[in-house]
Amino acid sequence: MVERVYHNVQFYRDKMQRLGLTPEDIQSIDDLEKLPFTTKDDLRETYPFGLFAVPLDQIVRLHASSGTTGRATVVGYTRRDIQVWSEVVARSLASAGTTSRDMVQVAYGYGLFTGGLGLHYGAEKVGAAVIPISGGNTRRQIQLMRDFGTTVLACTPSYALYLAETLQDMGIHRDELKIRVGLFGAEPWTEGMRREIEERLGIKALDIYGLSEVIGPGVACECLERQGLHIQEDHFVAEVVDSTSLKVLPEGSSGELVFTTITKEGLPLIRYRTRDLTRLERSPCACGRTSARMMKCLARSDDMLIIRGVNVFPSQVESVLLEIAGVAPHYVLVVDREHNLDHLTLMVEVDEHVISDNVGQLESWTAKVHHALESTLGISITVKLVEPKTIERSEGKAKRVIDKRKLQA
Amino acid sequence: MIIQQLSVFLENRSGRLTEVTGALGDAGVNISALSIAETSDFGILRMVVSDVCKAQEELRARGFSLSVTEVICLSVPNQPGAVNRALRILSQANISIEYMYAFAVGSDAFVMIRTNDIEQSISVLMENRLTLVPASQLREC
Repeated sequence: MVERVYHNVQFYRDKMQRLGLTPEDIQSIDDLEKLPFTTKDDLRETYPFGLFAVPLDQIVRLHASSGTTGRATVVGYTRRDIQVWSEVVARSLASAGTTSRDMVQVAYGYGLFTGGLGLHYGAEKVGAAVIPISGGNTRRQIQLMRDFGTTVLACTPSYALYLAETLQDMGIHRDELKIRVGLFGAEPWTEGMRREIEERLGIKALDIYGLSEVIGPGVACECLERQGLHIQEDHFVAEVVDSTSLKVLPEGSSGELVFTTITKEGLPLIRYRTRDLTRLERSPCACGRTSARMMKCLARSDDMLIIRGVNVFPSQVESVLLEIAGVAPHYVLVVDREHNLDHLTLMVEVDEHVISDNVGQLESWTAKVHHALESTLGISITVKLVEPKTIERSEGKAKRVIDKRKLQA
Repeated sequence: MIIQQLSVFLENRSGRLTEVTGALGDAGVNISALSIAETSDFGILRMVVSDVCKAQEELRARGFSLSVTEVICLSVPNQPGAVNRALRILSQANISIEYMYAFAVGSDAFVMIRTNDIEQSISVLMENRLTLVPASQLREC
């Protein structure tokens, strides 16, 4: 794999040459430490296809995550990559007890986001019946869940709670549903949320982990024991490093999770920094699986927010404001969970560049920012104007995010 | 004839208006006209004050966002049809009104008007012998 990227991807070759490394220096998994890291910025800088290791005619699928205007992170899959992805998702579903007799409702968004199609292909591979309903349309979701007899649900944990609430509003008792287990991911969630989902839907709620850069959902998934997420180690090598010194940490310590892909062809990644903080557990699991397990991720080593499964960086918001106002006014993003759905509010201080004597102008300015953010990030953000100096100033680095969701386990 | 009107951005929070009026009162700045345009989240307080410079200084120091806008003040008899006559003159001159606020007491009525073309508004109103209140008169306390 190292040899392949060295010869096929200039970016890796340059990076390795700068460190005086050749593929021959990497003989075993212990040599991994010698290799340089790859980051999301590297993917952005080589936008769109710079890190692909195969010619485009071998790519059969593209996915992308939102980015600053025009700079999304693009991932490409060969036919074999799609097979590997289906395989790891199928294993995830199997560890949740899914078989060909199940009916899997995929309520993740379908499209450029990897959630929908990832679960879809995996569930088909298991041989289950797939309901590709995608996200939204909540009442219809519940109606089909009841009428079809869905047994497995896949969506974001916040959407699962929203479904539970709507169920109650519709006056449908959970006993009318056959749903047994849910695979929830694409955003951090707590043990408290797990208990709530399990109680309200009468199911077992499992955490499925993945990121599009590495492959998508299915990189790791909990089994029914719910004692950490089993990493698909035959495809992805996991390391935990100190996010400041970047040194590999001793087994069992908490730090930033780093992945190296073993089998990926389209977009192989060497030591990709996920920015997710977790620790690894190598003792065998009660389910019998011997693969390493990662603990549930609840924190990150950067300021990225995950809102309803969508990645949001404060810097993206800043560049939108910069474009519209000419200068970046003081702002803060407030994340809150209303009715179990994450909600993002942008508070912008009205300074001399923004103020107008005309209410209509201020309102249309607000609307402009709202639309620009929606098209850049793909999610709707409430924009609120506030008086100058009302946003807290901190020493040094400005505090750009107030997270009120309280994601403590 | 042009009057400098001060506009202040205010969040809809209790006590904000008092902070403005209090600051101006303490600084000895008189408010001769005032109006608020509000939305569900914020409001714009518009004022004509005795000393625009001093008011700006005081309010900026307290962290308020301000802008100065030019308006005119029309004085008409407190009679039916008087304001209508003035508005018709403006509309015939193709001038549009962004906003206005007014009050009448005794035999006089005063209308503060913001238009898209202040200079042109002054000349057509004066040509038609309407009375505009000079800024100096509003500055006196």
